[in-house]
Amino acid sequence: MQSLRLRIIVTLVVLVLGLAYMLPSVPGVSGSALGKILPGEPVNLGLDLKGGIHLTLGVDMETAMRNNLARLGDDLKSAAREENIFVLRPNILSDSRVEIVLLKADQQKGFEKAVADYTPFDIESVEPMDGSKVKYVLAVQPTYKKEMAKLTLDQAIKTIRNRIDQFGVAEPDIRKQEGNRIQVQLPGLQDPERAIKIIGQTAHLEFKMVDDTADVAKATEGILAPGRELSVVLHRQANGSYTETPIVLKKDAVLTGEYITDAKVQLDSWNQAYVSITFNSRGGAIFANLTGENVNKRMAIVLDGKVYSAPVIQEKITGGRASITGQFTREEARDLAVVLRAGSLPAPVEILEQRTVGPSLGQESIDKGIMSALIGMGMVLGFMIIYYGFAGFVADVVLCLNIMLILGGLVAFGATLTLPGIAGIILTIGMAVDANVIIFERIREELRRGLTVRAAIAEGYGRATLTILDANVTTVIAAIILYQFGTGPIRGFAVTLTLGIITSMFTAIFVSRILFDLYTKNRADNSKLSI
Amino acid sequence: MGLQIIKPDTRIDFVGLRKIAFILSAVIILAGLGSLVIKGGPKYGIDFAGGIIVQVKADKAKDVGEIKDAMNGVELPGLVVQTLGLEGDHEYLIRTSSSDISSQDIRNRVNEALTKDLGADGYSIQRLEMVGPKVGADLRAKALEAMFYAVLLIAVYISGRFEQRWTVAGIMAAALGGVIYGVGLTGLDMGWLTVIAMVVTIAMCWYLKLNYALGAVAALIHDVIITVGIFSILGKEFDLTIIAALLTIIGYSLNDTIIVFDRIRENTLANKSNASFGNVINRSVNQTLSRTIMTSLTTLVVVMCLYVLGGSVIHDFALALLIGIVVGTYSSIFVASPILLGFGPGSAAEEVEA
Repeated sequence: MQSLRLRIIVTLVVLVLGLAYMLPSVPGVSGSALGKILPGEPVNLGLDLKGGIHLTLGVDMETAMRNNLARLGDDLKSAAREENIFVLRPNILSDSRVEIVLLKADQQKGFEKAVADYTPFDIESVEPMDGSKVKYVLAVQPTYKKEMAKLTLDQAIKTIRNRIDQFGVAEPDIRKQEGNRIQVQLPGLQDPERAIKIIGQTAHLEFKMVDDTADVAKATEGILAPGRELSVVLHRQANGSYTETPIVLKKDAVLTGEYITDAKVQLDSWNQAYVSITFNSRGGAIFANLTGENVNKRMAIVLDGKVYSAPVIQEKITGGRASITGQFTREEARDLAVVLRAGSLPAPVEILEQRTVGPSLGQESIDKGIMSALIGMGMVLGFMIIYYGFAGFVADVVLCLNIMLILGGLVAFGATLTLPGIAGIILTIGMAVDANVIIFERIREELRRGLTVRAAIAEGYGRATLTILDANVTTVIAAIILYQFGTGPIRGFAVTLTLGIITSMFTAIFVSRILFDLYTKNRADNSKLSI
Repeated sequence: MGLQIIKPDTRIDFVGLRKIAFILSAVIILAGLGSLVIKGGPKYGIDFAGGIIVQVKADKAKDVGEIKDAMNGVELPGLVVQTLGLEGDHEYLIRTSSSDISSQDIRNRVNEALTKDLGADGYSIQRLEMVGPKVGADLRAKALEAMFYAVLLIAVYISGRFEQRWTVAGIMAAALGGVIYGVGLTGLDMGWLTVIAMVVTIAMCWYLKLNYALGAVAALIHDVIITVGIFSILGKEFDLTIIAALLTIIGYSLNDTIIVFDRIRENTLANKSNASFGNVINRSVNQTLSRTIMTSLTTLVVVMCLYVLGGSVIHDFALALLIGIVVGTYSSIFVASPILLGFGPGSAAEEVEA
């Protein structure tokens, strides 16, 4: 009994801590004077409760690697040319192999040195061809490939974060996942489709020269001159959809979006929105040269492989500015400016998973969850009092304490409350009394055997504690596994379930015992116990 | 003393009823498995199968067929329209098995179909979920893996705690891990892998004479199979939340089983009059009966509240818990303990004195 005071102090400390963390989640408290001195914030709500978008994006690493190899191949080609070694345009075989044809066999040594010096390639095979040509197959080193993949993923995340920041979403959560995946969570967004479009757009901007001499009809049948490619020009229709007409372009991009420093929406004299882009000094110089050399020719502005406009160059354009027109709506122009400012994604991304919950459904879920929790709890409380009398009342007191501790614990550990999480709390309400039921039944048994109230209580708690511990460990095992494999909402369930089991053991075994001890403290040994 | 549902001197011969219980379990399990076979396996929700769902709340009741017809203007593979939640909610779930079309497209299509006779304000799209086939397959594998590890860890824990045979339990875990790894190399489907894992677990518990673990694992597999079977009979879909429910059921069922086992262990140790093991079991189950029923009742009450009032999203989750709790309570009394008798400390043929 000496320890009774100590136990009461422990309980009070836990009670105060629990309250301090729980109270800010009660409506009205967090803004008040009381809310300011309390350590806790209102409980974190999951996307399924506050509404928002959950996206899983898959980065197309294959394409990213192919693009990388193309760049490496071009670099090698120019590095070789500096030493007067000439090779044909590299041919990308897979996401790790590239084929390059050397024109003169007597330059093999020099070329192989260039490969070793300037590139992360290993030579896989060498095959003499007719004439004096030699065909090389180069394989990229695995460590380089791994490094590249990591960089690509990081770059993609950075770009997506930039775009979301510009789009203006509060508290976005963007994180890397296994298998080249990126998880994006945007709480409380009104227009999910627009956000998805902005996040998912590759926004690879290129400027290419139009080949007006080419035969478009033949090109659509697949007959193309070397170094040419077939693309399409988009034309906006009145209803917002686009039609496409074919166009032949020179394959090599003369300028790309990487030189862009700014992109803005502007209105022309017909109030038509267009996007004005500003190049950095290097880009501006390239653009000025380019336009100077190609006056009266057409230059196509290509975004993600489609031509938005192909104006005729009237004169040399200095000052490092260009504009993209394409009969955009203002919103479209704004979104395009956002993605161009934030930079292009290093590889196309694919939306693998999308979960959107409207805010009204979230609020409805909260209301319904609270309603079922309250009614369920009311029934359990009443049931316990009717069945166990005073002891039932004790169980009810500790049950209320338990719920408070779960909510406080969620805040204290920074966990997120989800809809299954609410279900977990409700389930705990039903299961938490189990510990007390086990103890009470045991006390009843001991009383029937003729023990005094105090002895029966001691015996009941003593015997039941280990049983309760054993029984609860299995549920905790299940919950931990659930947490390990689960996604957001399921994790919320696992967390509340585990928290509920731990707090219920504390309240049902430790705290309820104090109440019994207080009750029997000043009573005679032969007094009766309402149980 | 307060109310008593179960009189203190209750002596129901549960062990004697085990044949009836086994027949009952077998019938329900066979019905469930039969339904699974006829329907070609469990009906996966989009979490596991991939696809798109759109949840719509309308102001007034709509005929499911009408929505479907309106949606059918453009081809959508595996289009299903169903009501959601309780009557009066006017909530509908539109589902397609294709995840190829963009969410923007499907939104437009739903809007087109519903604006016609509900008006633009007469409904709202509350939820839209798209799961691609890759993610679906990943989630499926992960879910099965989770079930497998849950069973494994629990078998180890019970063997260790109840029979003080941690080493044997550890050996079993290692062997099981080895078998699964070996079979896994053959590239077998995760579903079969799990089935094999369960069978191997039971076989090893039996071989190593881990009787408590055998009883507990058999009971929880019993509960999961019955819940899955009833879900199949009711035509309900399996998604992530149902897996969460199944794992919770595993935890709950074990909780119940352990309470009874714990009492059996206590009574076995205190058994000075040399009562038969069957009698010890009977006495133990009867002694804990009051608790078993009380806890099941309070848990059922709150889950019932969740089922009726918790809203459409959580409806099936609550249903799985309802089924699981009832079955879990039944199995800890009628399945787990009799299995213990069959392989337990006494001989199997030992007669039970009523």
